[in-house]
Amino acid sequence: MSPAAPVNLTTPGGLLLVLAVLLPFAGVLLGLVLGGRHAQRVAWLTILLGIGVVLAITRASLGSGASLVYLLGGWAPPLGVALRADGLAVCMMLVVAVVVGAVGVYANGDFGTPAGQRETRAALAFWLLLLAVWGSLNLVFVSGDIFTLYVALELLTFAGVPLVALDGRAETLQAALRYLVYALLGSMFYLLGTFLLYGAYGTLDIALLAERVGAQPVTWMAAALMTAGLLAKTALFPLHLWLPPAHAGAPAAASALLSALVIKGAWFLVVRLWVDVFPGIVSLPAAQLLAALGASAIIVGNIVALRQARLKLLIAYSTVAQIGYLFLMFPLVQALNATQQGNAAAVTGGLLQAISHATAKAAMFMAAGLIYSTLGHDRVADLRGAGRALPMTITAFALAGASLIGLPPSGGFLAKWLLLSAAIATAQWWWVLVMLVGGLLTSAYVFMVVVRAMAPAAPGWSPKKQVPGYQQAAVLGLALCSFLLGLAALLPFDVAQIGRAVVPLVGSP
Amino acid sequence: MSIALHLALIALLLALAFWTVVARETFAAVAGFVSYGLLLTLAWVALSAVDVALTEAAIGAGLTGALLIGATSRLRKTEAAARAERPGRATRVLAAIVATAVAAAIAACVLLLPDPGPSLAPEVAQNLASTGVGNPITAVLMSFRAMDTMLEAIVLLFGLIGIWSLASDRYWGGRPGLAPVVEPNGILAYLARVLPPIGLVVGIYILWVGADYPGGKFQGGTVLAAMWLLLLMSGLHDAPAVSQRWVRLALVAGPAVFILVGVLGVFVAGAFLGYPEGLAKPLIIVIEVALLPSLAVTLTLLLMGPPQRSESSP
Repeated sequence: MSPAAPVNLTTPGGLLLVLAVLLPFAGVLLGLVLGGRHAQRVAWLTILLGIGVVLAITRASLGSGASLVYLLGGWAPPLGVALRADGLAVCMMLVVAVVVGAVGVYANGDFGTPAGQRETRAALAFWLLLLAVWGSLNLVFVSGDIFTLYVALELLTFAGVPLVALDGRAETLQAALRYLVYALLGSMFYLLGTFLLYGAYGTLDIALLAERVGAQPVTWMAAALMTAGLLAKTALFPLHLWLPPAHAGAPAAASALLSALVIKGAWFLVVRLWVDVFPGIVSLPAAQLLAALGASAIIVGNIVALRQARLKLLIAYSTVAQIGYLFLMFPLVQALNATQQGNAAAVTGGLLQAISHATAKAAMFMAAGLIYSTLGHDRVADLRGAGRALPMTITAFALAGASLIGLPPSGGFLAKWLLLSAAIATAQWWWVLVMLVGGLLTSAYVFMVVVRAMAPAAPGWSPKKQVPGYQQAAVLGLALCSFLLGLAALLPFDVAQIGRAVVPLVGSP
Repeated sequence: MSIALHLALIALLLALAFWTVVARETFAAVAGFVSYGLLLTLAWVALSAVDVALTEAAIGAGLTGALLIGATSRLRKTEAAARAERPGRATRVLAAIVATAVAAAIAACVLLLPDPGPSLAPEVAQNLASTGVGNPITAVLMSFRAMDTMLEAIVLLFGLIGIWSLASDRYWGGRPGLAPVVEPNGILAYLARVLPPIGLVVGIYILWVGADYPGGKFQGGTVLAAMWLLLLMSGLHDAPAVSQRWVRLALVAGPAVFILVGVLGVFVAGAFLGYPEGLAKPLIIVIEVALLPSLAVTLTLLLMGPPQRSESSP
């Protein structure tokens, strides 16, 4: 058995994890009762308090240098449920808080309740669902129990799907329904795997499972079912068909939430399972398969993105491609584990990819929203004048694009650099090739959009609508976050690795 | 039950499941699904899992069945068009093969599970006394894993917000469902006059008895929801407008009380959702009593769908 038993005591600051989950949910309850423009005010109060909670969690985590743990009801696992936040969870909570804040600022422009009306459908639904998505994601990050994680996935599904259809057009309804079917099938597969694990090992706690799982058919089946379910929810190629219409059809602020954050929840769970629960169970070929799907996503997603006539669809297909990068980390982690080199480079690389994509993609979708408002359309071929009317926004789009491509000093650069060096260290050169080709294709469509937007407007043209400066500032702020994230390499400590050294590596005798 | 009875039950279950999948008419498939749910209830009883049986009957067969029947009647107009878009034979055969293979693999894994399986049941029994309740399932749902139960109640609310968000802007704040047609002498109106008092008592009894025997708020809430639905369908009572303050309060009261009791635990029991010594049972009952009406209102409104007419509509 591993010498490091899982920490099963509530740590100082553990209660903050409960707050991170329940504060947004309490906001939903209060917002629903008060209704109308009060819902927006409640949402804003919750966002400010919630950011405070996440900062306090970061501080407590940096202070102790270990995972934060909270035992709900005082019951220790396996009987009770524990919340745990290691470095990965803390980083994800931070980026979600930043993106939710920026989307909130942007949404003030699109989802206010007009004067003279007590309550409007889309505004109420948006503000409640924004908080719902936030609380659900925080639960995904901190839950230490695979059944509570199932509930978290359900919460996330029911918070995310209605965002797709906020516009109320028939085709967005159809996209939402398709998303729902994929998401529910994914949940069902995940739940089946959970049952098998409980039946075989008598616990649902992640740390205990990591100690107990053995290499046998039941575990393989459970791992396969759970992974397949989560891949459908993450929209990894070839299960990506639901994503482009759903993300492109939603209002810009909702697209930003869905594309930047919601899909990362299911991806984070795949990482949890493969890196922390099943490291000795999943084999290198299985990890290669995941990465091969990722590589196909990068190539196919980018090529299809290049051929899109609409900006929002282009950005949605770019998400399909960027999801691919998130799965390149798995064979690298496995190979690093096998050669005893420590998996930090690959895990941190994957995490940084998630963070830089979250900030960059939210910025891009919101930039597309502003471009749509200004031009009255989002046809890629006809973007001229946008650069003159929205200089800040086009700059933001270019910076976010630079991060997707992986230009220094962006977060995307640091992520891809870590993944590249891990690929070279483990002699898996083919992933290097995929990343380079992916970067080239990405730069093609980013430049295409920016160059067309910079073209001078037709004489006599004027913007359809003036967009408020704070919306442009929110977009630029997020894009700058993504672009400057690479400077994190200069930090004296590695936040992502907090509390990860104690995770026992099981399966290797 | 004898082995022959069990085998007959299994054969019927499989046949109904098959029927549900292959039936061409949506209504026929739904009928198969509801009967399947009822038979599944019997199967759970045969396995001595009475709590699961109650839930399956109330939610699996009852509520889901009602929801599906409602959906069928709304889809009737477009059913022929939808059938024309049916995937080709090759796709359907492939889907059948994949589904069967996955099911067979899972079945094989279930047979491979250790026997007797590892279980937390002894540990639950050991700690049952400190929760103050006699039904170990209630102890798991309301004490050891109370967080999951709280979150499940919140999931239902998210579902309702999602359904409401599908309304057309014109009718936002209005009443769900179509305007009721009253037939004061119809059989439905008769039932709606006779059954609700009985249903109310049964629902509350199921909640109360859940502390020590099979039952609880979800099952009780479903019975109450069914009674209200009966009143709504008979036209004796109209659905409330979704903008009504009391509707909103009724929806959030249960989860809100659950969270507040959880926060109370931080101060008096040293942990969120912890119960102080000796007060566990009363606090659990407070939560369940608060959840019962919230669940009943949420489930009823989930079935009624998004607002479809203005508040002043009859």
